[in-house]
Amino acid sequence: MIENLSAWILFLPLIAAAVITLFTRRSPSVSAYISIAAIAISFLLTLGLFFRLGNETALTVPAIKWLSVGNLNVEIGFLVDRLSVLMLLVVTGVGLMIHVYSYGYMHGDKAFSRFFASLSLFTFSMLGIVFATNFFQMFIFWELVGLSSYLLIGYWFEKPSAADACKKAFLTNRIGDFGFLLGIIIIWSLLGSVQFSELQNAITQNKAALGALATVAGVLIFMGAMGKSAQFPLHVWLPDAMEGPTPVSALIHAATMVAAGVYMLVRVFFLYTATPAWPEALSFMEGVTALEIIAWIGGITSLLAALIAVQQNDIKRILAYSTLSQLGYMIMSVGLDGKTAAMYHLTTHAFFKALLFLGAGSVIHAMHHEQDIWQMGALRKRMPRTFWTFLFGTLALAGVWPLSGFYSKDEVFVAAIDGNPVLFGIAVLVALLTTFYMFRLFFVVFYAPEKSEGASHAHESPTVMTGPLIVLAIPTVIAGFFGINHYLSRGDANAHGEHHGFVDLLIGPFGHAPLAAIMGLAAVIFGFAAAYGLYYRAKQDPLPNMMRPVARSMRNRFYFDELYAALINLTHEALAKIATGIDRWIVGGALVKGVQGTTELFGRGLRLAQTGNLQTYAFIFVIGLAVLLFVFFRP
Amino acid sequence: MNVGLEHYLTVSALLFALGLTGVLIRRNLLIMYMSIELMLNAANLAFVAMSRFTNNLNGQVMVFFIITVAAAEVAVGLALIVALYRKRQTAHVEDLTSMKL
Repeated sequence: MIENLSAWILFLPLIAAAVITLFTRRSPSVSAYISIAAIAISFLLTLGLFFRLGNETALTVPAIKWLSVGNLNVEIGFLVDRLSVLMLLVVTGVGLMIHVYSYGYMHGDKAFSRFFASLSLFTFSMLGIVFATNFFQMFIFWELVGLSSYLLIGYWFEKPSAADACKKAFLTNRIGDFGFLLGIIIIWSLLGSVQFSELQNAITQNKAALGALATVAGVLIFMGAMGKSAQFPLHVWLPDAMEGPTPVSALIHAATMVAAGVYMLVRVFFLYTATPAWPEALSFMEGVTALEIIAWIGGITSLLAALIAVQQNDIKRILAYSTLSQLGYMIMSVGLDGKTAAMYHLTTHAFFKALLFLGAGSVIHAMHHEQDIWQMGALRKRMPRTFWTFLFGTLALAGVWPLSGFYSKDEVFVAAIDGNPVLFGIAVLVALLTTFYMFRLFFVVFYAPEKSEGASHAHESPTVMTGPLIVLAIPTVIAGFFGINHYLSRGDANAHGEHHGFVDLLIGPFGHAPLAAIMGLAAVIFGFAAAYGLYYRAKQDPLPNMMRPVARSMRNRFYFDELYAALINLTHEALAKIATGIDRWIVGGALVKGVQGTTELFGRGLRLAQTGNLQTYAFIFVIGLAVLLFVFFRP
Repeated sequence: MNVGLEHYLTVSALLFALGLTGVLIRRNLLIMYMSIELMLNAANLAFVAMSRFTNNLNGQVMVFFIITVAAAEVAVGLALIVALYRKRQTAHVEDLTSMKL
């Protein structure tokens, strides 16, 4: 029965958004309660769905017919299997905590109702992606998610930086979505269906079903993930998206939406099992598979973002680059055939990154919206609950045994070892950098001497904010003990049916892939040692003095924004020149001036005939008459 | 000498050419007007001659009409010329070019 309630999981947040927008705009508290209640019920229903699923791998849920054109049938379906249920739990669970937290964080904001309406709209869109049974449904909700992200980044639209950031996010996503749509169209035209199950059957039966376009379609579909999950080279929007309120950064730009790209890749992974092939025009790419491209882009993103994070000073931007880097891990893992590892890391990352963002929000709240870590300091004593939960988040992100992050990162490492040793090296280096920049942040904010008036007057946030922190800290610590990877892979045909005891799970990584686990821990230790040496009780950043040019380019985000701006300016300039040329010479010149000139020329010529002399007219008249007579009465 | 249709028509053509020349080369409006009357009467002469030589009275009836209309036309035309002269103090076509841009 519970599976028939799937529609309610999806539509409750939409109803909440509609009710808030239409009726309760003027009563902020009521709006917040409606929004929180909607997601809470969705969460409970999802739990019900989870237990109903139990040991089965998938449930059938009736779909809603939506559009039927020719042989294209689009439905709003509800795909309930282990993958989607796990993702639903993450979205509604983490989402619920963030909704509650927002009630405290956003208190007193003048557009409180609008905030919760947008948040509910986002939840609806995200759940739609998770439930998607076909490419069209996914694309529709994909765009809706982009819209709600736009609305929430630009929530404080009166601030120019926020208005710019939301435009940037939207436009950058457009590029990725364009590729995504092209990919969908290619697949639809080749296989005649957009339904995941039908596509999977078609490709399983005939590996060459996509023909020469297999790799191109795969890469185009990946472009969607590249935009949404902010992968290099479309990564520039995510750090700017931190202009939105902190709960939004936690929910959308850390835990759920940016993970949609990873979820989508895992969902359509069957596409990448097709025989790789390039069309003739791109034959120089022969031998490169879509998965290799995905893996390398993930690896590059994770390294790049980790390097940039080392020299950022805005607490939210550090976390944003950290998110980029971890998303790079997930994408890399998908590319290395480790989709279970990717989903595992997605799940644990959602918990601890949401926790970290909410902790950062708590700090920012206490500091009266100061975000520079060098203005903070010594907050350990003044904000104990934030301090402890932040510590767990940091440890989990760094990948310290036995916190959740260790296990999921270990899975990624294992996938990398099996797949590509160079990428494994990058992954370990990134793990080291991750520990380094996270403890840099941690020491500077919580340990180093206070550097501003605000820091010495900071006090702990209210319970409505610290409560969600504590609740999120629990899965951050223990999410590694349930074997989420086994839960996911047991549904697969090639699952190894062994039963895993608790202790096995706890120390498992050291047993079956010791190299990955040990390298991971070594990276953590070195990173921690470096951060401790440099930043414990640091008054200012020593790094820029030690290696000036490197630090400067890290701080300036390797000049990607400047590069893109210059590139766009150049293209714009060229296009504008062409357009103005066409306008000036063809439209304005040949057409407008041409018509006008010809008319004037004729006018001037005809004017000569008008002498005003009566006898000239008479003469012409007679000549004309004579000519006519000659023509008609010619002998 | 036997006077035939050709003779009449030749006279008529000469009269017409004379009138036309007058219209084209004389500058005085009154003279031009008289030349136009001359051309009209050349046509009348052709009508009458044709009527006489083809034994058909239609041409002569037509001539009566033309004479009547011409009388009315002269009244209107002369009135216009007088009005114009009063306005401009001239009856020379070279001075009447105000329609030219």
